[in-house]
Amino acid sequence: MESRAGTRTKLDAGAASSGLGLPLMALLALAGVLMVAALYLALIWAPTERLQGEVYRIFFFHVPVSWVAYVAFLVTFVGGLAYLRTGRPAWDRVAASSAEVGVVFTTLSLATGSIWGKPIWNTWWGWDPRLTTTLVLWLIYLGYLMIRSYAAESSQGARLAAVVGVMGFVVVPINFFSIRLWRSLHPGPSIGTDVGLQMEPAMGATLMVSLLAVTLLYVLLVIARVRLRALSDAVGEIKARLGVGGIQ
Amino acid sequence: MATLGQAGAIVWKDAVAELRTRDIVLSVAVFAILVIVVFNFAFQPGPQGIGAVAPGAFWVAVIFAGTLGMNRAFVLEKERGTLAGLLLCPLPREAIFAGKMTASFLFMLVVEAAVVPAFGIFLDLPLFLPGLVPILLLATLGFAAVGTLFSAVAASSRSRELMLPVLLLPVLVPVLLSAVGASAAVFAGKPFAEYCTWVQILVGFDVVYVVLSAWVFEYAVQE
Amino acid sequence: MRREQVTVFPQPWAIQAWGLTKTYGYQWALRGIDLELRRGASLALFGPNGSGKTTLIKVLATLVRPTTGQVQIMGHDPRHEAQAARRALGVLGHEPWLYEELTVQENLYFYGRMYAVPQLRHRALQVLEQVAMDAYAQFPVRSLSHGMRQRVALARALLHRPPVLLLDEPETGLDEEALVLLDRALALARAEGTAVLLATHDLARGLALTERALVLHRGRIAYDSAGAPLDAATLAATYRRVTEAAP
Repeated sequence: MESRAGTRTKLDAGAASSGLGLPLMALLALAGVLMVAALYLALIWAPTERLQGEVYRIFFFHVPVSWVAYVAFLVTFVGGLAYLRTGRPAWDRVAASSAEVGVVFTTLSLATGSIWGKPIWNTWWGWDPRLTTTLVLWLIYLGYLMIRSYAAESSQGARLAAVVGVMGFVVVPINFFSIRLWRSLHPGPSIGTDVGLQMEPAMGATLMVSLLAVTLLYVLLVIARVRLRALSDAVGEIKARLGVGGIQ
Repeated sequence: MATLGQAGAIVWKDAVAELRTRDIVLSVAVFAILVIVVFNFAFQPGPQGIGAVAPGAFWVAVIFAGTLGMNRAFVLEKERGTLAGLLLCPLPREAIFAGKMTASFLFMLVVEAAVVPAFGIFLDLPLFLPGLVPILLLATLGFAAVGTLFSAVAASSRSRELMLPVLLLPVLVPVLLSAVGASAAVFAGKPFAEYCTWVQILVGFDVVYVVLSAWVFEYAVQE
Repeated sequence: MRREQVTVFPQPWAIQAWGLTKTYGYQWALRGIDLELRRGASLALFGPNGSGKTTLIKVLATLVRPTTGQVQIMGHDPRHEAQAARRALGVLGHEPWLYEELTVQENLYFYGRMYAVPQLRHRALQVLEQVAMDAYAQFPVRSLSHGMRQRVALARALLHRPPVLLLDEPETGLDEEALVLLDRALALARAEGTAVLLATHDLARGLALTERALVLHRGRIAYDSAGAPLDAATLAATYRRVTEAAP
């Protein structure tokens, strides 16, 4: 077999396909334990909140998934940037996987935020600044995913998406700032201000556990997705080579 | 600087091409006016509500019409096959971007020049407010920078005309909010100090995005 | 005809390429191309559709980045000295790359500005005369036929006197008269010391205009005449043999 550039993925895929390594199994177990713990703590153990009653408990999931939604986009941004500079497909796999997982978490953030808001403000959507910024983030994610699938071919899709990721990430802080200013001029329901939470230490602890659990879940999902991509890329490469007719 | 001359040549070329046909400027201006008319029918603000609705209607018209017009920056070049010729020329990619962005900026100003009077007439508002000019210029600059960049991105994909607004609008949120906020204050006759934060956001956005778009442009047109 | 400036290039190679590969997703368009073309030399590139001819031309033209491998145009690597490399290139592709709403002359002036061509008006007229399109200088490109546009495109490629000329099937869509003009223009360019790389389907024309033949097949160089004298029949036989062989 003649030497050929870019065949490293075969070896990577080989390692990946030989089953989950020990550290990954350990992380998976840890994630499971943390999730159960978080659920218990959030739904049963944490004290009832003074102002909101039981409704507030969704906060223990809303905050972590929102946090992950933004972190995931940061990863997409960094991955995309690295891909543009180095051209190595591994970076793009990370960026794309993080975007796919991130958009799910963003949807969850919007859903939990909306559900939380309903009993408090009696409306499904109050244009709260943080939720609104997350909504725009969601739209940017969608643009990222769309440009990937609408590109003429896959490496171009990766490159264009990386460009979109860079442009889209930089606007997030500017967005938040301008949306918050807008809302301060046109006041309305807001999670931070109206719906003040009296935080007790127990709640803080619960939040930490939940944060850890959700972040770990995100990491595991991204790892799984990256491996799937690597495998699928390796298969595609082999198929293409065979499709041309024999070993070159 | 030679590069400036080359970027200037691009602006000249786009301007001449557009002037010859005039089809895009005209259709975009007409579209903008249509948006205002439709807005009026849809929201029926009446003389009291006009002040509240006006700045939003104006910027919606400009942004929607402008997004249509942005397609000309690169989508048309790609479709007509001239993008390759441009990329062959010995000048840095940032210079191509600068030329295209400037051409889009001027194009947008021309469209706005048509929309502002129509706006004043249909919505019966005072037009010639000097305070509006810096807002127009700043917002249009940000719009031109981001629009040109995303036009290059969309040009390399299928479903180009759809991709451009999908990519562009979420990133333009700060520009839209700031432009509307500042314009509303100007219409209401408020002093600059009251809306200066909006102007600061516009300036910040422009600085960041003109530079970022110029830098990232190379990757958008690379193959 | 004196040149306005005498530029001395200390190295003898017009084009050098090592280990060029290009993948689009999982498809390989180029599978390892090594190529060298001396200054002033000429090369005809043959190959069936899908052999990678156009991709190779695009990579050499710096329009497309190779997946691996290196290119040097007149000693300049497009990755580091992009502008110097592009200045040395004149490219004629399948599309004329002309702006339809502008006149022939305005198109040349635009490209002339971009390439910083000295004495632009005079030079533009000169190249237009070479392709016999000077009578159409004020015509908008939109009103011209494809053959005429290709002629203007050739003028555009020659405008800045590039030391390296890349042509991708320039004979497509040209009538007899235009083909004669093409041959003449290429002969003139060669006489002026321009290196020419011509991708073509036309075996006879390619042979007549150049001194070396390369056959591309499935992204690889399947045959290189390496300057040995070649006649049309031998080339045709070789071409058939090489392209029908198992990859």
